[in-house]
Amino acid sequence: MKNTALSKWHEANGAKMVPFAGYNMPVQYTGINDEHLRVRNSVGVFDVSHMGEFHVRGKEALDLIQKVTSNDASILTPGKVQYSCLPNAEGGIVDDLLVYCLAENDYMLVVNASNLKKDFDWIQSHNTFDCTLSDDSDEMALFAIQGPKATETLNKLTSENLGEMAYYNLKHITFCGKENILISNTGYTGAGGYEIYLPNNCAELFWTKILEAGAEYDIQMIGLAARDTLRLEMGFCLYGNDIDDTTSPIEAGLGWITKFTKDFIGKENILADKENGPSKRLVGFELTERGIPRKDYQIVNSEGDVIGKVTSGTMSPCTKKAIGMGYVQSGNHKQGTEIAILIRNKPVNALITRPPFIPKS
Amino acid sequence: MDFPQELKYTKDHEWIRIEGDIAVIGITAYAQGELGDIVYVDVDALGETLDAEETFGSVEAVKTVSDLFMPLGGEIIEFNEELEETPEAVNEDPYGKGWMVKVKISDSSELDTLLSAADYQKILS
Repeated sequence: MKNTALSKWHEANGAKMVPFAGYNMPVQYTGINDEHLRVRNSVGVFDVSHMGEFHVRGKEALDLIQKVTSNDASILTPGKVQYSCLPNAEGGIVDDLLVYCLAENDYMLVVNASNLKKDFDWIQSHNTFDCTLSDDSDEMALFAIQGPKATETLNKLTSENLGEMAYYNLKHITFCGKENILISNTGYTGAGGYEIYLPNNCAELFWTKILEAGAEYDIQMIGLAARDTLRLEMGFCLYGNDIDDTTSPIEAGLGWITKFTKDFIGKENILADKENGPSKRLVGFELTERGIPRKDYQIVNSEGDVIGKVTSGTMSPCTKKAIGMGYVQSGNHKQGTEIAILIRNKPVNALITRPPFIPKS
Repeated sequence: MDFPQELKYTKDHEWIRIEGDIAVIGITAYAQGELGDIVYVDVDALGETLDAEETFGSVEAVKTVSDLFMPLGGEIIEFNEELEETPEAVNEDPYGKGWMVKVKISDSSELDTLLSAADYQKILS
């Protein structure tokens, strides 16, 4: 198992650690509800250094990215970030990722730790272009600073006014006195905030400075458990749960990051899925009776016939409602459809609901 | 972590307080810590007589769910209804306000199968 630059620090500072995607990661510090609400109401800081960072550089860097991703990266200008996915030839999803346009012919891809090797090999196997793909994950740490007080917190550590950065934009800034640090207005919580990519040797300095800067806003360190409840309240997909090698972007509601105006691997199959209509669809739902949905629980219709399966579920720390996502057969996917989740063989009523599961802020 | 000496324990991380022929049952400080924030406690066997190791309910935490097992056979005569309103008592006071059920013990010889605080801590280490 690998340590991030801060794994030892987390252990020494009371985090509960778990192995995740081959890394020794903090799953919880004070408690999932407390951590979750601190992000929604103030500010939280996450060590997500397990995430993978690849660089694609060279004259035909864009051509490679266009071929392997579903979204249209040609619209990216230096300073822009895009959510995308890597489809496979069958039209399933190898991974979802962020594409950073750092400069002309210079891109960074941010991928899930659990898929790092698979993604690298996949992209490399299609690299017939004049560009190089490198995996720089082991040299880089990644922190997310999320919540309504994220801007005030980080502004203390840079001369920039980060509040002026637009959503899904990136910038190289001087941070804690270190030059050329990559920051983006991105995140996986829906609470607003930033992600900072840094060399491992800056990790402890940045982490402790961020905690100091956020102290007046009651900043909280956030583990993977609350990262999951935060993303699920927004209805953001988690690879391995809600999307995988067998689900198409159309089924997953990711048509908006699938652009048929360009060529890419899997295009034909995904286009057919869109034109014929997918056989199943990813939906959000809220339980109307007591219970908590969990991954792999069966979904039934009002007649009791099995129509699908839960892919993610939890109790929303904000609304205290039981929420989840799952695939149902097309035709059962309309908002307001009454379904039930089989919780230990007992049907518990639920309503199909369009995420986010919390009021828009 | 606190494991009161006067209680008995099981490998399933439950504690038992013997009060005459009644066993008061809850989950240990270790168990609540592993489960994380508890959302509710479901006991579906109130009034039923169950054997040792049968399931009498479940604990739902934000992240996970865990079955509750009878540490010994008996009739479930009471459920801690305070937990309906304050399930967090299981996290905050697992051996006190977080108790879950009271069981009328069927066969007191089964008490010998329970673990002492010291034996339980050995399992954890």
